[in-house]
Amino acid sequence: MVDTQRTLLLGNLAAVEGAIYAGMRFFAGYPITPSTEVAEGCSRELPKIGGRFIQMEDEIASIAAVVGASVSGMKAMTATSGPGFSLMQENIGYAYITETPCVVINVQRGGPSTGLPTKVSQSDTMQARWGPHGDYTAIVVAPSTVGDTVTETIRAFNLSERFRTPVVILMDEIIGHQRELISLPKPGEHQVINRVKATVPPEEFEPFQLTANGVSPMAAYGEGYRTISTGLTHDPMGFTTNEPEEIKVKLDKLRNKIMDFRSEITKLRVEMMDDAEIAFVSYGSVSRAVLLAVALARSAGVKVGLVQLYTVWPFPDNKLRDYCQKCQKIIVPELNMGQIVHEIRRVMPPDTEIHSLQRYDGEILTPMQILEKLEEVM
Amino acid sequence: MATVEKTKSVEKQKSDVVLNYFRPRKKLPSVWCAGCGNGIVMSAVIRAIDKLGYSKDEVAMVSGIGCTSRMPIYLDFSALHTTHGRALAFATGIKFAKPHMKVIVITGDGDCLAIGGNHFIHACRRNIDITAILINNYIYGMTGGQGSPTTPSGAISTTTPYGNVEKHFDPCKLAQAAGASFVARGTVYHTPQLEKAITNALDHNGFSLVEVISNCHTYYGRLNHRGDAVSMLNAFKENSVSTAKAKKLSPEEMEGKFIIGTLHEDDRTEFCDEYQKLVDAHMGEK
Ligand SMILES: Cc1ncc(C[n+]2csc(CCOP(=O)(O)OP(=O)(O)O)c2C)c(N)n1
Ligand code: SF4
Ligand SMILES: [Mg+2]
Repeated sequence: MVDTQRTLLLGNLAAVEGAIYAGMRFFAGYPITPSTEVAEGCSRELPKIGGRFIQMEDEIASIAAVVGASVSGMKAMTATSGPGFSLMQENIGYAYITETPCVVINVQRGGPSTGLPTKVSQSDTMQARWGPHGDYTAIVVAPSTVGDTVTETIRAFNLSERFRTPVVILMDEIIGHQRELISLPKPGEHQVINRVKATVPPEEFEPFQLTANGVSPMAAYGEGYRTISTGLTHDPMGFTTNEPEEIKVKLDKLRNKIMDFRSEITKLRVEMMDDAEIAFVSYGSVSRAVLLAVALARSAGVKVGLVQLYTVWPFPDNKLRDYCQKCQKIIVPELNMGQIVHEIRRVMPPDTEIHSLQRYDGEILTPMQILEKLEEVM
Repeated sequence: MATVEKTKSVEKQKSDVVLNYFRPRKKLPSVWCAGCGNGIVMSAVIRAIDKLGYSKDEVAMVSGIGCTSRMPIYLDFSALHTTHGRALAFATGIKFAKPHMKVIVITGDGDCLAIGGNHFIHACRRNIDITAILINNYIYGMTGGQGSPTTPSGAISTTTPYGNVEKHFDPCKLAQAAGASFVARGTVYHTPQLEKAITNALDHNGFSLVEVISNCHTYYGRLNHRGDAVSMLNAFKENSVSTAKAKKLSPEEMEGKFIIGTLHEDDRTEFCDEYQKLVDAHMGEK
């Protein structure tokens, strides 16, 4: 492991550092560009700290093994990109319904299908929210720098343990393959959250019990509780059910345990928004170019600011509305054909002018292109 | 008279053992049809676990989707009822995370060999210490009798209404070729032998497969005119040959018959043991 000092680190390896800091000791994955260095890093680092790394036969198996490790009591993670993320959806859905904490990193590349293995994209923003079939609520975070990747990975694990749910980290090729000089966090610098464990006697324990905060304590395998997890819709005991009332209770639980605590989960970065008349709303690596563009525009006297979404899902409806309430115009730059822009349209008052700035040819949006768009809408 | 009494009390003891392992609070009856072979396999698994003296807490039972795969939800072990075909991949995560646990996978012919075929050969290859009980009823029971990778050529299913034109897998040969270090076959007719095969498989360190030839009289039996559950069990008796006897029979004499007993055993190194050596060698390195 790298010492807690300034270090030049690859984005994908920053995810490994963050995960280990958060207590991840189990990684299962399958190689795919541009995420492979996450798996390679785990294969190197985990044995040194008594953790476990396994290269599975495909991504379906990788997320399955991660869930198996998590129900056994370990903090577990996998990492992939487009095609592998598609393969994982079935068992990410299983993790949602069985309320199994785990972290899935998607270092995005262009698609659809095999698409652009070595080129950047943000086209999985909606898939990260709606990938598995059925009704559930997703937590998705998005770092924009190598340093962010460490802290957002720690946060992803904390949210996952706190809410007993899978958390997706949306990285992209730029962040994953970029090297930046960063300081690794010292022990104790960040809070590390662990799942609430079962304490009542086994005969009283209900693994999916309804609690005040919606999150049920969890019992690890081998610790006397002998719980049942099933992908079939189930009652608080984990027994399969076809009763309309019980079905509704379960699905409401999956939503409410997250949506009732949305303000605790959402995280935004707000730059120069106090007097801004025009706002950029962005997430992921694009935010870096936006930040530079905003600084340049400000030096030319333009009242413009940035709201960056560290939490992409659940969408921060209220916070975004508050920060942008004085803006008549919002520009949403994305490396896709326009995905999160629809959420901003949904949230903002109908008289707000909302402009989508899209790039989907595998290249980054440059600060100049962002400034050009700004000039066009001004 | 005395022997009758004695047999009765032995029978009672035996069924008591099984009752000890039902999941408290779980409502019965099961989803299975009356006479389904799954129940026979379930009691053999329980008796093997009981004989080996495993505590309930050290057993994790993992399954996919199908009639067969419902088994873990009725039993008082940690149970992971997963997605179709993926049980072995989930089980790999449990075993690797907690190597002291006894991990048992309950799977069907469709679950294990069609959608789960890739996970199956790789679990065999790794030789991870998991015991897979594959209940082969030659058909997709749960979805109403469609053809599976073990449906014999010519057999009728709801998706092979004119007879199956495909060839079938021999899961035991497949497992051995892929690297499983213990392979056995049993039937739901030969229950004492089945119990023994499962006991040996559980006791073996490495990947073990027990293929159990079982009856889905509701679909396979009805569509192929094999009669009720009892006639199907009798057919398993007629058509099976022990490993010892099989050695003495010519290929012609073996035609239409299958071998039961231990088919393969070796002492290849086990995956979790090997990984632990690697951890011991690198633990604490910078
Ligand atoms: C991904 C997926 N595809 C299809 C199904 C539908 N399905 C449920 S059980 C089953 C077949 C089970 O057959 P087998 O494994 O032989 O078990 P049996 O019911 O015969 O015991 C299928 C195709 C499913 N649940 N999931
Ligand atoms: S349909 Fe076949 S496999 Fe399923 S419970 Fe009935 S007899 Fe058993
Ligand atoms: Mg079957």
